Amino acid sequence: MLPARFDYIAASSVEEAIAAKAEGGDETRFLAGGQSLLPMMKLRFATPSKLVDINRIGGLDTIEHHNGHLHIGALARHADIAASGAVSGAVASAAPWISDPLVRNLGTMCGSVAHCDPEGDWNSVLLATGAGVVAQGPSGSRTIDIGDFVVDFFTSSLSDDEMVVALQIPVPSGPSGGSYQKLERKVGDYATVGVAAHLELAADGTISAAGVAMTSVAPINRKATDAEALLVGNAPSAELFAEAGEAAAAASEPRDDVRGSARWKRQVVAAFTRRALAAAAEQAQA
Amino acid sequence: MEITININGTDHTADVEPRRLLVDHIRTGAGLTGTHIGCDTTSCGVCTVLVDGTPVKSCTMLAVQADRREVTTVEGLKTADGLHPVQQAFSDEHGLQCGFCTPAMMLVGAALIEDNPAPSDDEVRWAISGNLCRCTGYMNIVKAIQAAAAAASSGNGDG
Repeated sequence: MLPARFDYIAASSVEEAIAAKAEGGDETRFLAGGQSLLPMMKLRFATPSKLVDINRIGGLDTIEHHNGHLHIGALARHADIAASGAVSGAVASAAPWISDPLVRNLGTMCGSVAHCDPEGDWNSVLLATGAGVVAQGPSGSRTIDIGDFVVDFFTSSLSDDEMVVALQIPVPSGPSGGSYQKLERKVGDYATVGVAAHLELAADGTISAAGVAMTSVAPINRKATDAEALLVGNAPSAELFAEAGEAAAAASEPRDDVRGSARWKRQVVAAFTRRALAAAAEQAQA
Repeated sequence: MEITININGTDHTADVEPRRLLVDHIRTGAGLTGTHIGCDTTSCGVCTVLVDGTPVKSCTMLAVQADRREVTTVEGLKTADGLHPVQQAFSDEHGLQCGFCTPAMMLVGAALIEDNPAPSDDEVRWAISGNLCRCTGYMNIVKAIQAAAAAASSGNGDG
């Protein structure tokens, strides 16, 4: 299969890439890992008139801590993140479960986030951890809260002339932990159900902040806000996590499909929420 | 657009359309048909090649993205001394049935043992989890990659 014809430029700087994108408007797409975009172009679901390849831009593959955040650059591949000693919690837990090893060698976290596939794993991790998306345009950069970034099915709040240059994941100063639980039929398939959890503990051992978000069980990645509210202020316990699991299941809207019935998927959401929270608490208490 | 890709140690310069996929360029441009096309939808992994040593699916990369990079296909595994340890092990351990997935499996195996000279059963299975064998002959593929790792680290002193 061949994509439809397009013009191609390999940008050598972020500024050059943004200028090329601004010139082409919404018919122009950035090419990072290409592991979602190129298959869509081959199937002619996407027919951009121009691709701006950012793979030759230096310095975008950072995975590092600064100013209380884990900073993940636009060219950090899933495999780099899985292998990095700088990541922890839900990010470290999810990275090895993104697609398959070959796709992880090329695909990028920023690209996946920008793609806004409702069945993508990373946006749940970012919703649970309260991350920000750093968008750069011709007149400067801004950080968009992930909750405002994900608008709808394959739709973000990014402007036509903006590029996702990095993700900023807060690194709590106190004890914290996180986990991503994913059920997939086979390696490389979309999640049947995915649940990301993130917990922070206060000095007295109670939960001071909690994030729970779900993949593939709602029209877009969804935060389980009722479950989060139940958790905050309480001491971690199996009973509390079971209650949060039920609240997350109630907030999910799975559909009957080839991967399973809605009723069963809701039970998986409850179980995965419980397990993800237990794993998160265990890390935070270690 | 004119590109030069170093394929198996030889520079190949060609004028290609940006939309040309790397796998098509390798097969029809360079005439190296050991790289196969299976699903053509980023699922099966039979089009695997190494780009700068890293295994990727060449059906999901543009040829222009490989400009000025080094690509290794199955034809490039063999050395002046003979077969690559992975090739020898696939032969010795009967690591193939129909052979369609074999070039990809060998390249993934070669890249794995470069990083991990003694991979466990689980580590091999994890590494090949993006590659499908339509004969379901995974047992001997895993054995072959482990045998290659053992041979590479003991036999030739380069492991």
